[in-house]
Amino acid sequence: MAAYDEMLTADKTRRKHYQRYGEWLDTQSADVISRRRAEADSLFHRVGITFAVYGEDEGTERLIPFDVVPRVMAADEWRLLETGLKQRVRALNAFLHDVYHEQEILKAGVIPAEVILCNTQYRPEMQDIDVPGGIYAHIAGVDVVRDGAGTFRVLEDNLRVPSGVSYMLENRKVMMRLFPELFAAHPVAPVEHYPDVLLENLRSVAPVGVKEPVVALLTPGAHNSAYFEHAFLAQQMGIELVEGQDLFVRDDSVYMRTTMGPRRVDVIYRRIDDDFLDPLAFRPDSLLGVPGLLSAYRAGRVTIANAIGTGIADDKSIYPYVPDMVRFYLGEEASLKNVETYILRRPEDLAYTLAHLPELVVKEVHGAGGYGMLIGPTSTAAEIEEFRHRILANPSNYIAQPTLALSTCPTFVEQGLAPRHIDLRPYVLSGRDITIVPGGLTRVALRQGSLVVNSSQGGGTKDTWVLEQ
Amino acid sequence: MLSRTADHLYWMSRQTERAENLARMLDVHYRHSLLPHTPEDFERQWTATLSSLGQLESFQSAYGTLTTANAFNYLAFDRENPGSIVSCLGAARENARAVRGSITSEMWETLNTTWLDMRKSTSRSAPAIGPFLEWVRYRAHLSRGVTLGTMLRDDAFQFTRLGTFLEGADGTARMLLARAQPGMELIDNATVPDSYAWTLLLRSLSAFEVYRKVYRGAVTPRRVAELLILRDDLPRSLHRCMQELHANLKLVGNEGSDETARRCGALYSSLRYGRIDDLSAQGLNVYLNQFLVTLADLSWRIARDFLLPATVY
Repeated sequence: MAAYDEMLTADKTRRKHYQRYGEWLDTQSADVISRRRAEADSLFHRVGITFAVYGEDEGTERLIPFDVVPRVMAADEWRLLETGLKQRVRALNAFLHDVYHEQEILKAGVIPAEVILCNTQYRPEMQDIDVPGGIYAHIAGVDVVRDGAGTFRVLEDNLRVPSGVSYMLENRKVMMRLFPELFAAHPVAPVEHYPDVLLENLRSVAPVGVKEPVVALLTPGAHNSAYFEHAFLAQQMGIELVEGQDLFVRDDSVYMRTTMGPRRVDVIYRRIDDDFLDPLAFRPDSLLGVPGLLSAYRAGRVTIANAIGTGIADDKSIYPYVPDMVRFYLGEEASLKNVETYILRRPEDLAYTLAHLPELVVKEVHGAGGYGMLIGPTSTAAEIEEFRHRILANPSNYIAQPTLALSTCPTFVEQGLAPRHIDLRPYVLSGRDITIVPGGLTRVALRQGSLVVNSSQGGGTKDTWVLEQ
Repeated sequence: MLSRTADHLYWMSRQTERAENLARMLDVHYRHSLLPHTPEDFERQWTATLSSLGQLESFQSAYGTLTTANAFNYLAFDRENPGSIVSCLGAARENARAVRGSITSEMWETLNTTWLDMRKSTSRSAPAIGPFLEWVRYRAHLSRGVTLGTMLRDDAFQFTRLGTFLEGADGTARMLLARAQPGMELIDNATVPDSYAWTLLLRSLSAFEVYRKVYRGAVTPRRVAELLILRDDLPRSLHRCMQELHANLKLVGNEGSDETARRCGALYSSLRYGRIDDLSAQGLNVYLNQFLVTLADLSWRIARDFLLPATVY
């Protein structure tokens, strides 16, 4: 199926919400645009929005390529997406609460119990622990794509430590600096208040009885590739950026080591995976975490965001059941669709998949970053046969999906303006309410025909505009 | 604030200040190298500078022969030498990066740009030393300006200032030390053989014009020492640096830091109420060496009291 073009309709006229931008673009020379692109690069370098490249010359820092053509969304498109995302995240939080308490959804047989209880992402340590407000996924970075018909579909719910929001904020800053005239001409919904909403949410989930909660952001440290984002968010929220070594636990309370002595911490916005949080409870070799943190958490003396154990809700083997969760907990139909998914533990799905391998994408349920994956259309017959054996050896370890034609957006590449595939990661914040800052991070696959938007594999980013009317 | 954050801020400003001091020190040599001089002069001066920095032995084992090119390279551009200008600027930037959330974006961008530009200009071969030293001083002015002009006057600022003035006092003392031969008398007479060297020292510390304004007379070792040690109104004098160190130390004081504050106060008082006659009687070289020992003790105490709380809770 042909990809949906965000800017142009099938008969090559501009969509309404791209009209004004298109008119402006027509008046710009290639020279001006390329100068502004160079300016953008130097801005990113100066601000230090770079990621470290491991194993290269000491001090090598790279930019994630930034494309100056924005991804524009019309107000009604956004409303649709916003409603669907809120509904979805509400259901996911309800699911997490249920899984770690009564497990009604398992008792009702909506999700097979062994899919949950035998999953490494299920954390028995969390069973019967009450978390403030019943919120587990305070920050969700839901990956949304558009299929050939232009319908939004969720590709992945990232509920552990989703990253990238600093690019959403910095991309906007750079765009406003480079093209102020465009913002004067377009009612682009602002995103700058994201850190305020995040801080407010984090404060609202402090342990009961804490009046002026102290919030800290826990980072693995300056050598982590997302360190820029950690430092940036801590600064924007005016909270301490702490490493494991800065914290300690005494009498089930968490303290920071400060120049004035120990200071209590009430809420930890952690950017470290569960496994590394507490060497006494999880990986004993972790130097990044805080010994005793889990015990303080279980005692309700500190809130951890996102909660421990959220991985059970964004696991690939759970993903196909999200629409069922919406129905089960909210009594509604999911307004945001999943990508059609075949669960290979089901005999009929397995049979279909084995018969259609050359046109499907098959994923290992616990795999990430493109490992343990078969992309049928670009694989050789031998590779497909090899994968067939792996599937047959353990069908429940796999899911399969049709190969999606992600939507495209015009992008500046060496040859000039050309369509490239994109996705979108909006950030859904749950506190007293669910809030989504209009927009998100648009990632773009810069190689022609490529569907891989990951920055590690040649992906770039774009500013995302939600028009207010 | 977090002890680790305070530690990074303190070292960020110390390394920035150290790079500036090195540039000022090397500037004396650069200006010297443009004047007629004997090989003995040359060797004596470089040896004095390297030993005042405590780097004579490490230089000799790394380079062997003492040439102007070697010495400049070692102290300005050598990435292997943790005490070179490029290493200091790199360390300052790494410290800033670790606490970029605690400093203003403008400060971070200034330190980061310094580092990026430095990498660009020194990546292939060493640039001309004169313009490079000038550039380092220019970037130091920017760093100082952006710190004073943008930072909230909170404990982050105070720890930054602690680093600046501790290193500032250290640098001025070492530059004087490089000129103060053991047993040298502080003559108040312009006809001393190396009076030009004292003028260069003043210029490198941006104090020559100040000297003229204050003394309106010939440059003599005694007055130079008085200006650089005892004047309270010269920004880089020992008196001034210790005054600032003492004031900032009082502001960040905690339960365990009284003794450190007392020692700092005692050193500051000795400068505030000291006289050049007493100092001269003691001998400039002896005085400066003792000053550096006291300063090192303060530096160790600041680290212990604030930056690396060793207490096991």
